[in-house]
Amino acid sequence: MSKGDRAKISRRAWITTASGVVAAGLVRTQADAVELPAQQAPLPSTPRAPGRFPSALGERAPAEQPRRTFREALSSASFTPHQDLMGIVTPADLHFERHHGGVPDIVSEDHELLVHGMVDRPMTFRMADLMRYPQVSRVQFLECSGNGGGVYNADRMPTTMSVQQMDGLLSTSEWTGVPVSTILREAGVRRGASWVLAEGGDSPLMSRSIPLAKMMDDALLAYGQNGERMRPGQGYPLRLFLPGWEGNTSVKWLRRIEITDQPTFVRDEISHYTDPLADGTARQFSFLMDAKSIITFPTYPYALPDRGWWEIKGLAWSGRGRIARVEVSTDGGSSWMDAQLQGPVLPKCTTRFRHLFEWSGNETIILSRATDETGYVQPTIQQLWEARGPRTAYHQNHQRAWKIASTGEVTFGLGDLI
Amino acid sequence: MRALALVVVLAAAACGPATNGGSESAGDVGAGSPAGLPAHAPARFGFGQEASEARVAMWDIDVRPDGVGLPAGQGTVEEGRQVYQTFCVECHGATGTEGPNDRLVGRDEWGETGPQVRTVGSYWQYSTTLYDFIRRSMPQLTPGLLTADQTYAVIAYILHLNEIVPEDAVMNAETLPAVMMPSRDRFVLDDRQGGPGPVR
Repeated sequence: MSKGDRAKISRRAWITTASGVVAAGLVRTQADAVELPAQQAPLPSTPRAPGRFPSALGERAPAEQPRRTFREALSSASFTPHQDLMGIVTPADLHFERHHGGVPDIVSEDHELLVHGMVDRPMTFRMADLMRYPQVSRVQFLECSGNGGGVYNADRMPTTMSVQQMDGLLSTSEWTGVPVSTILREAGVRRGASWVLAEGGDSPLMSRSIPLAKMMDDALLAYGQNGERMRPGQGYPLRLFLPGWEGNTSVKWLRRIEITDQPTFVRDEISHYTDPLADGTARQFSFLMDAKSIITFPTYPYALPDRGWWEIKGLAWSGRGRIARVEVSTDGGSSWMDAQLQGPVLPKCTTRFRHLFEWSGNETIILSRATDETGYVQPTIQQLWEARGPRTAYHQNHQRAWKIASTGEVTFGLGDLI
Repeated sequence: MRALALVVVLAAAACGPATNGGSESAGDVGAGSPAGLPAHAPARFGFGQEASEARVAMWDIDVRPDGVGLPAGQGTVEEGRQVYQTFCVECHGATGTEGPNDRLVGRDEWGETGPQVRTVGSYWQYSTTLYDFIRRSMPQLTPGLLTADQTYAVIAYILHLNEIVPEDAVMNAETLPAVMMPSRDRFVLDDRQGGPGPVR
């Protein structure tokens, strides 16, 4: 390309931009764009302009910039933008975060895990030690037990609520690490042990008591996420990962495991992460996340631009194993149809579901409900209220509903179904 | 302790189905043990270092309901008032009810839905958790700052504000575990079981 040609392209690009016919970004690679009428796709040009060189780190397309929502505070959370995502794996930088005292800056080489209590050999492990053990990877969901709670109750039914605001405290990753059972075998658990205290190395030393049986079953000392070392907000350099259990038990920045014969009853299990019931009691150590499904499309603030064929998409998961079935209703719950389950269908992992839907243009309500392999069916909000009273905030796994107005505008809520 | 034993049994039961569909089918190939270790793996790998008693003591800060883990020291309600005014009042308010952070004081009725606010007086199950939590996490911007005497003192003050201990109370490793919290017996085990049974 001669200097003269470059000058021409440059001039044409300027003219095009000034006339507002075609976006300037397109013109930079389409020398003939100035000739195209508005609204018509550009034809392949010859010669084509060369692209960029490779780079050390990839980046998203400028027009594709999904973001978490969050509140700036020491004890706070950020929410995964489900409406922008596909498949089941959450990009690591969009995985939700919940922390109780900010994200600490920990140097991996300086980090130590102390294992003590009812063991034959109290031990410390450096990250290099832990990463030398046989390594396993598993694709599994993580969900905060507060996901979907607190924003929606008997007194308050917001309709301008996005799936990100409602259920953004759920994400899925491929987690990599060493099974806790491998490390406990190394330390030698003594007879009579039944519980563990897991403690983080963040500012408030966030802790939870965990039954030893779970630690020996499928708990992971995780240091990897989606193929790389996990990010600081996820617990770098080391976190506990308890598949299928409420997110706060997967203690981040893990620095201590004490083997005990009883729960320690730390603040987060005698106050915060407990569930008051209708009979004046409160459920304690409610670890497991029951089956749940959410529609991720179409959801508020999307508006269907026209009637016709649309695919309802969503995610379903269960802390008890695999998803066996997801049903979708497009008539406010009067009738239900089996949605397609998109493989792989993994235990304690999100499963993508899809349902092809011909929208007539009339107002309707769409819902989804999941059934897991134990036969547990995702309940309605009425069933949860009857079982637990109207104001439980955690473990709100009821069926979600979205209203499609005749204008195509989608809003959250059960509407007349309440 | 009977209740605790039940917790363990239930927790183990909850893990049952997880074992069947859990680690092996989640991607481990040729799993020779629950951890996915091959048959020829050694009983011990020998990685990591044995930790001395002194090393364990550096980090072993938790306190159990029976008082195990409580250090020496003591504090009175009046001493606690001073500690509170210095380190706590900014976030928890003049009387422990004003915020802006968690409300500490109040004996709200549970009613049919639990108390509106989960204060120490209305909700906390064990008094020892106050020591564990304050040593672990408070004050929020400088956790670990308080001495043992200051911690016992501010606990005495908070318990007194909640009308749980009298004005002349002294908190230490013997008296603190003996404090009976108003909501001690309100907590029940998780009875959710999965399956097609009733919603819990």
